[in-house]
Amino acid sequence: MTDTNKPVYTFKDFASDQEVRWCPGCDDYVVLRSIQKALPLMNRKKEDFVFVSGIGCSSRFPYYMDTYGIHGIHGRAAALATGIKLANHDLSVWIATGDGDSLAIGGNHFIHLIRRNIDVNLILFNNEIYGLTKGQFSPTSLIGQKTKSSPFGNIQPPFHPGELAIGSGSKFFARVAGGDTKLQQRIFVEAEKFEGAAIIEVMQNCVIFNDGAYDKYTDKAVKSDAQLRVEHGKPMIFGKENNKGLVLEGLKLKVVTIGENGVTEGDILVHNAIDPDPTLHLMLARLEMPIVVGVIRAVPGKTVDELCNLRLAETRAKSPFKSVNDLFASGETYEVK
Amino acid sequence: MTTENTHLEKRSLKNVVIRFVGDSGDGMQLTGTQFSATSALLGNDIATFPNYPSEIRAPQGTVYGVSGFQVHIGESAVHTPGDDVDVLVAMNPAALKTNLSSVPPGKTIIVDTDSFTKKNIAKAGYEENPLLTSQMDPYVVIEAPITSLTLESIKDIGLDKSSADRSKNMFALGMVYWMFSRPLEHTIDFFKKKFKNKPLVIEANIRALKAGYNYAQTLELMPSPFVVLPAKMEPGTYRIINGNTATAWGFMAAAEKSGLELYLGSYPITPASDILHELAKHLHFGVKAFQAEDEIAGVVSTIGASFAGELAITTTSGPGLALKGEAIGLAIMMEMPMVIVNVQRGGPSTGLPTKTEQSDLLQAMYGRNGESPAIVIAASTPENCFDYAFIASKLAVEHMTPVILLTDGYIANGSAPWKIKTVEEMPEIKNRKVTGVEGTYEPYERDPETLARTWAVPGTPGLEHRVGGLEKQDITGNVSMDPENHQHMTKIRQEKVDRVANYIPELEVEGAQEGDLLVVGWGGTYGSLFTAVNSMYENGEKIGLAHFNYINPLPKNTKEIFKRFKKIVVCELNMGQFHMVLTSHFPEFEYYKHNKIQGLPFSVVELMNKFQQILDNK
Ligand code: SF4
Repeated sequence: MTDTNKPVYTFKDFASDQEVRWCPGCDDYVVLRSIQKALPLMNRKKEDFVFVSGIGCSSRFPYYMDTYGIHGIHGRAAALATGIKLANHDLSVWIATGDGDSLAIGGNHFIHLIRRNIDVNLILFNNEIYGLTKGQFSPTSLIGQKTKSSPFGNIQPPFHPGELAIGSGSKFFARVAGGDTKLQQRIFVEAEKFEGAAIIEVMQNCVIFNDGAYDKYTDKAVKSDAQLRVEHGKPMIFGKENNKGLVLEGLKLKVVTIGENGVTEGDILVHNAIDPDPTLHLMLARLEMPIVVGVIRAVPGKTVDELCNLRLAETRAKSPFKSVNDLFASGETYEVK
Repeated sequence: MTTENTHLEKRSLKNVVIRFVGDSGDGMQLTGTQFSATSALLGNDIATFPNYPSEIRAPQGTVYGVSGFQVHIGESAVHTPGDDVDVLVAMNPAALKTNLSSVPPGKTIIVDTDSFTKKNIAKAGYEENPLLTSQMDPYVVIEAPITSLTLESIKDIGLDKSSADRSKNMFALGMVYWMFSRPLEHTIDFFKKKFKNKPLVIEANIRALKAGYNYAQTLELMPSPFVVLPAKMEPGTYRIINGNTATAWGFMAAAEKSGLELYLGSYPITPASDILHELAKHLHFGVKAFQAEDEIAGVVSTIGASFAGELAITTTSGPGLALKGEAIGLAIMMEMPMVIVNVQRGGPSTGLPTKTEQSDLLQAMYGRNGESPAIVIAASTPENCFDYAFIASKLAVEHMTPVILLTDGYIANGSAPWKIKTVEEMPEIKNRKVTGVEGTYEPYERDPETLARTWAVPGTPGLEHRVGGLEKQDITGNVSMDPENHQHMTKIRQEKVDRVANYIPELEVEGAQEGDLLVVGWGGTYGSLFTAVNSMYENGEKIGLAHFNYINPLPKNTKEIFKRFKKIVVCELNMGQFHMVLTSHFPEFEYYKHNKIQGLPFSVVELMNKFQQILDNK
């Protein structure tokens, strides 16, 4: 499978010499290891990877990767990545960002990155809290959540990252639990292959300021009943007994049990990730129980970085001007003797 | 200047200022640029300045909707679009009302009498028809029914009324062409090219132009024609260029010279957007003009493009520079090359978006958190925007640091003849890209002379490294919170900018090289300062002009020049920002100040009065 010209890497090739400084037990460690393991599977040269970030716990990410990287300023990673990708379309550009970084201060760049479908991969570490600034509520914190800046309970309603992304025209949206390294690796490889802005929401547990936020989905005891892992072309079946599934009832998704009330496997919805119509993807992204993980949406489409490059090549080939000198001397000029 | 003599023979003028004013829909910009181009072709030196309303389609006939274009032509060098108007062409009462104060007594005013209807007179805020009052007495007023004569001249070609109406500016231009003995060919050719597929439009405009010309010639309504002889300009090929286009072209030349591709990340803002428009046209040169979602994304994507190895620039005006401050700090910390262009306008806040001012100097110098020095340079004429855009690029990539280039609305929109340059005659630009190193790559290893680091771009094998906004350890670029290192790095970043003084030209003085008064200015005020100083110098005053294009760092001989004069006056279109910079560098001198904050350039007369006052004040 690997191109013979390309070196073979292991995860160690992508680990920098910097000491990793997240809190012990933080899910960020898992994601870091998943990325370092997934990169060797992507059949790309090491020097072509660029990791950029904004500010926040997860934004320390680039320092721990032995690749090109920028640790930017708060909220602006998407804009950095856009400039890099427009400048050099051939790079594999990754964004490590959080719910505060991308959905609050960087919200504008987040939606425009998606609108333009810039061919980058954005890992959204959603821990529903501000970690680095020590525990204020974030734009994904729940109503009523008590934090340092909401001592009486949060009154600001949360964004659903999936809804925001798909509402902004997202062509690729995936979700994964913070501890699920296997699925993370698969999704990262998928995201890299996908041409366009791939948004990957990681349900990341912050052990210090919001511990247990995702327990209802990730606890061993409930996990298989609480997470529905979708795969393109496969029926959306889940559960400990592998007998629960999703059907459409009217305009709503409904959980049913195969073998009860005459439901057969054939009644269960089959996941179509490449359907341009986002309606069902949006419902899947919003579903709260079970929570949907895996690649929810992966619709091929044009990317602005590629269009920019194509148009540049076309106009260059057609232009009568080979040097700016030709432009300066063209049109209305006159001689002074 | 015009004379009051009205013999019907051609009279020679040294220079003349003409202003065309009308409704924004009346085509005054086109009329003015045509007159300028024709005059330049005759060999006159020119300087022009458009004056638009900030409303895009202000109500017709109101004073808010008045749009103007001023051109100064001369048989000797002209450096400003001129203070006082010699000929005012006013297409309606509102245009007359808003511009009359610029016309000194004895000068000529051409009006379209058809537009002086009751309704328009009222809309302009006049109580009665001004043409019938004594306020017009001091002027030579030429009343012509321009609209009806235009319609008459094209009535049989079958154009709808509103299109026909739109040719009246050409009738007015025809009159002015006769008045200044200009040929019609250039404008006729222009219409033939521009409206290739609209023969009716070509026909209407040409007919209106000729009708205006003939009307002026036939009727003795007008003083006899003037001649403005060709200026003595350096031989060569010229074109007329405005400051924003010159800026865009300077960057394109720098990209070609340096072998880098040009990237612009920008967000639309008056009066800088024309640089974006111009660069967007030149994809074929590899120019990527990216219109971002906001000012911040404009500058931040520029940093990304710079990291990826392009000649990266961002363009904006004052409020946009404020939004970009944090990101410029990031580029300073990452020591990435980039140019930030600020086409200054009146502030604060939204301020006077379409007017000129120099009030962002301190923002450019200090408007960022932390100790964050950037190179600051300023262009001073429409045509030298080309050179300073080029130099800004050169300094950025050779010294690996952001450069802020200041221009302003006045030189950005003003135009002048530009002796065309080629890429070959521009200085070399050596970028600091590396393709491989022995051992480990140390991103913050520096050139011992300039202190610039190297530029390793993604895609280069073996040079993988991380940079960012956290303080860096010198040499390795690793994150460092060490107190000594922070002090060391802060000093290095400052020293790197200071040492740029070794790579910029020394300050030159024009006029007297030593003596009684040194006039100090910077940026876009050059034209008026030079004109004022030069005419006093020619009258025997010991007055000189030191005009700064390099602001941070200052030229090395600044102090030495200041010492040669008894008095120094710092002239700026702000409250005294450069004065503050100078007093902090050279507190040993006493400075006079001359400041104007009206959204307008200096007038030559006001400057001369001020300088005389300072000279007389013993
Ligand atoms: S504060 Fe929370 S998110 Fe940040 S490193 Fe610690 S556990 Fe992880």
